[in-house]
Amino acid sequence: MAKGKRKVPGLNQSSTADISFILLIFFLVTTSMDVDSGLSRRLPDWDPDAVEQEMKIKERNVMTVQVNKNNEIHVKNGVLNRTIDVSELKDIAKEFIANPDDNVNLPIKEDYEIEGYGTVVTTVRHVISLQTDRTTNYEIYFKVQHELSKAYSELRDAWARKNFGKKYEQCDEKTEQPVARAVYASKISEAEPKQYGTEQ
Amino acid sequence: MPELNTSSLPDLIFTVLFFFMMVTSMREVEVKVQVKTPNGSSEIEKLERKSLVSHIYIGPPAKQYRATFGSAPQIQLNEHFAEPEAVREFVSAEREQMAERDKPLMKMSLKIDQDVQMGIVTDVKQELRKARALNIVYSAGKEKEKK
Repeated sequence: MAKGKRKVPGLNQSSTADISFILLIFFLVTTSMDVDSGLSRRLPDWDPDAVEQEMKIKERNVMTVQVNKNNEIHVKNGVLNRTIDVSELKDIAKEFIANPDDNVNLPIKEDYEIEGYGTVVTTVRHVISLQTDRTTNYEIYFKVQHELSKAYSELRDAWARKNFGKKYEQCDEKTEQPVARAVYASKISEAEPKQYGTEQ
Repeated sequence: MPELNTSSLPDLIFTVLFFFMMVTSMREVEVKVQVKTPNGSSEIEKLERKSLVSHIYIGPPAKQYRATFGSAPQIQLNEHFAEPEAVREFVSAEREQMAERDKPLMKMSLKIDQDVQMGIVTDVKQELRKARALNIVYSAGKEKEKK
């Protein structure tokens, strides 16, 4: 038994900092901070019975974008039928989707009822049909998707500025953005994969 | 000169350490394929909730796997190379792990190398449709807008 008070010697804590530093560095190294980003798309439902079904759409409402095995983009719609550069695609798509001059060879404009907003005149029936070959490069396919996406968002933005008086991003997410999205709803149809010249 | 009191230094560092432990997640899979995703600009969105996202990698195998798998693009699901048909199983396994209310929000992030041909991509997309995993994201980097 110790007599009186015995002083407990203090633990040397000078290395605790070093130990936790090592732990800290370990976590820094093993963790991934990179944020994933990308282009969102929604695939159509899989309906085995509908595979063979061809939709009947008036010719003026369709724009076909074909990317062939040489990565050339061929666009065909009521006013245009030629091979284009990817940089032209956005403006062509914008003109096709919006049909600003009421061209009879571009998609028909109709009254379209939007819930909670009212009736707008827009090209509800337009379809952009995107066709690719099995040997098309993914990069060019992505660029085409990106350009089409851009065409839609620029139209939505222009519409929002005109009707709500502000940018699309500044519109209310719950009430105003869905309206702008409905006016220019994205209608990109990707055809069932076809193989040109070879057996399935 | 009086010495600086460093007795609270470990506590400070521990706090930082805990912060990092909370906000980060461990790297889950080793990516065995070389993927250089294409670049986009204004349309690229960030994926907010990591727990909703599953990854599918498509690209040529990394150098150390070339000998066994060749250099043709492969699909990687979890740790393994797989055939397009395995995508369905992968999707249902991933879906199984999610909370019930998050299941409809599931997103598939397709990390595809930009030099891959569309054939393999189309096959995977068809399988995703069959598996009813319809929300997809073409993974891409964001390019700085050129002024």
